[in-house]
Amino acid sequence: MSMNKTYKVTVLAGVLLALILAAGATAASRSTNLSLVGYSTPKSVMGKIIQAWQKTPGGDGVSFNQSYGASTDQARAVANGLKADLVFLSTGDDVNLLVDAGLVDTKWNRQSYDGVGADTVAVFAVRNGNPKHIKGWNDLVRSGIQVVTPNPFSSGSAKWNILAAYGAQRRLGKTDKQATAYVKQLFQHVVSQDTSGRNATNTFLAGKGDVLLTYESEAINSRLNGQDIQYVIPRQTMLIELPIAVLKDSSNKDKANQFIRFVKGDTAQDLFAQYGFRPVNPKVAKRYADKYPARPGIFRIDDKIIGGWRNADRIWFDPNKGRMVAIEHAVGGPTSG
Amino acid sequence: MLPIAALVWASREKGLHAFWSVATAPEAIAALKLSLGAAVVVSLVNALLGTVTAWVLVRDEFRGKGVVNAVIDLPFALPTIVAGLTLLALYGPKSPVGINVAFTRTAIVLALLFVTLPFVVRTVQPVLHELDRESEEAARSLGADELRVFRSIVLPNILPGILSGVALAFARAVGEIGALVLISGNLPFKTEAASVFVFTHIQSGDQAGAAAVAVVMLAISFAVLLAIGGLRFLATRHERA
Amino acid sequence: MHRRLGLRFVALGYLLVVLVGPLAMVFYRAFDSGLGRLWDSLSDPNTVHAFRITLELAAIAVPLNTIFGVVCALAIVRRRFPGAGVVNAIVDLPLAISPVVVGLSLFLLYGRTGWFGHWFQAHGVQILFALPSMAIASVFVSMPFVAREVVPTLREVGDEQEQAAHTLGAGGWTTFWRITLPSIRWAVIYGVVLTTARCLGEYGAVAVVSGNIEGRTQTATLRVQDAYENFNAAGAYGISLVLAVLSVIVLIAMTLLKPKEEAA
Repeated sequence: MSMNKTYKVTVLAGVLLALILAAGATAASRSTNLSLVGYSTPKSVMGKIIQAWQKTPGGDGVSFNQSYGASTDQARAVANGLKADLVFLSTGDDVNLLVDAGLVDTKWNRQSYDGVGADTVAVFAVRNGNPKHIKGWNDLVRSGIQVVTPNPFSSGSAKWNILAAYGAQRRLGKTDKQATAYVKQLFQHVVSQDTSGRNATNTFLAGKGDVLLTYESEAINSRLNGQDIQYVIPRQTMLIELPIAVLKDSSNKDKANQFIRFVKGDTAQDLFAQYGFRPVNPKVAKRYADKYPARPGIFRIDDKIIGGWRNADRIWFDPNKGRMVAIEHAVGGPTSG
Repeated sequence: MLPIAALVWASREKGLHAFWSVATAPEAIAALKLSLGAAVVVSLVNALLGTVTAWVLVRDEFRGKGVVNAVIDLPFALPTIVAGLTLLALYGPKSPVGINVAFTRTAIVLALLFVTLPFVVRTVQPVLHELDRESEEAARSLGADELRVFRSIVLPNILPGILSGVALAFARAVGEIGALVLISGNLPFKTEAASVFVFTHIQSGDQAGAAAVAVVMLAISFAVLLAIGGLRFLATRHERA
Repeated sequence: MHRRLGLRFVALGYLLVVLVGPLAMVFYRAFDSGLGRLWDSLSDPNTVHAFRITLELAAIAVPLNTIFGVVCALAIVRRRFPGAGVVNAIVDLPLAISPVVVGLSLFLLYGRTGWFGHWFQAHGVQILFALPSMAIASVFVSMPFVAREVVPTLREVGDEQEQAAHTLGAGGWTTFWRITLPSIRWAVIYGVVLTTARCLGEYGAVAVVSGNIEGRTQTATLRVQDAYENFNAAGAYGISLVLAVLSVIVLIAMTLLKPKEEAA
């Protein structure tokens, strides 16, 4: 009786240990399975797009693993070993992170639409009825106005916000020095710097601050989920381009690329528009022109005033010499993420 | 399993070079100060109210006492993230009782009070139970008032129990993450606890920063363990004597 | 008399504010969005999978820690060897260490640039962002409970019976199964209940190492946070409700077992 039990216990322990290792080894034993690592906002729309693709012959029988979270965190996770076939992140900066880790091709942004899957713009989220009458960037630095934006050292959204603030001033004719001074002034009004755009949204919804710097897509997404949120699109704003890219060592590269082509096609772009994103596909964009008003003062990351992500990263977000380090020091904010 | 202890050592190695500068970075220090401060507050509250609760449970009789006694263990059984979520629901923006302390230090203290509630109660209860009432009766018959009786007779006996409960509560409060993640909104320098600091810095790739603060937290844990071991030793020495 | 009522009031008031109120909120909020939405969010395949993963992790950690706990307790109490005190302290370690520190250590060890990470990556074995690291984390954080419950019981019980069995010629294993184990069985069961509760509720360590892949490495607790952040209140409270109900069952088990454990 006792020998039986001993034997059983030992076998059980051995089986459990084997299970642990086996669970790790069954990484990619299915035939066509794509792992998508994305940032947080597109979670619902990507679910719909995947379903739509699976109904087409190209996507039939393909299963998906999906992981969503803060953009930079997700990029770092992939760099640290999180398995992915494709990524859909919120800044080209985070994709460059993967390029530098040798995981994404350097020419990823030569693909159609510069490697972008969807667009959105920088907006101000305000309280119901806009009691403080916030319309433009200059309103943000009025006396007493409290601004909520994420931590630029951990959030892609924060980077867009800062470059949008800077770029807007440049578009208004200010010099580089003046525009940088504006950003510093802006940060003197910042009362909260969460780690991610989503956390910042939640902080704002919980009652902190007068205005939240966020994406149009994030504001619409919150609205679609029953949150009471109003937003204003300033005249000078930045086009936020959301990149989608394949990983070099993906074992299903062809399928992944096929899916990306689908993402840029009519059906998917239409879904994007329904869920708060601006389509990159010009045909679809025209259909939704009313929902997504154009802005005369809109500018892009690659415009001369910003000079692209690599440049912006070096000037603004370098962890040692970037302008944000000095600004955060001056206002007593975080200098790391 | 024990190699885990060795790999905890690994976290030290990584941060050795820039360790000091990273560990003394203002944000890190603020986070540690917040966690330690909150832990101290929570430990004191627990020492007081936990003892009162244990007293009521042992010396008092009322209907439903059994249920109350069982409920004390709830924080042991409930997942911490659920605790954080419910505290947010009760004392956050959509609060039914009109209290909104979400993303404040008060919220952190409340969350930590929840998760550490059982510790002092459960360490004091058995001691109180076993306490011989005769000395108390004797003191009373000699004319001592209640407070005197408590201070001179009861307190010295339950003090080791209170202290070991406080040590456990303290360690738990410093390390708690699940209950804080939703409710504290981590405003760096204002409401960012050490555990949340480590968490967010791991995710954003700042492993050196995370490791530095983690090592300090580890040192605190070891100190607490030594304290508990010491108290245990003292307590059993009492018995042996 | 007044003092007694006063104390009672203070104690109960404290418990109400800190403990009972929040628990009631889970039930209230979960049903607030309506039964339909509650059912939808709970029957979502990813949610079901999250529960499955949580249970799988517990199924790995609880048996391993039970065996480990009993063996450890026996070693600490019965074999007086130098360093028994150290082992005792190490067993208590997970109680004092923050779960994020545990997660970070695993990250540093098994990440792509970690000590062991290279070797595992080369052999195609996924430790981080997959079940193995989550299992290790769960095992570590729930390690102490069985040992901590069994040690004092074992001490109290004393070894006369075992010695008697020994002189009567019984072998090691027989003594263990027939004499020792039955004398500590309530302590073991109580410890198992605590270990299970800890596993089900684990968040910090697993959050760091799991990668939060829906339908793959997302546990129930991770899903609560995920749902909340995605404005899915029904989902967050729904899952919390299930977890809270499980906790109450654990609580009842603890309450029923405690007197037996203390009597033994």
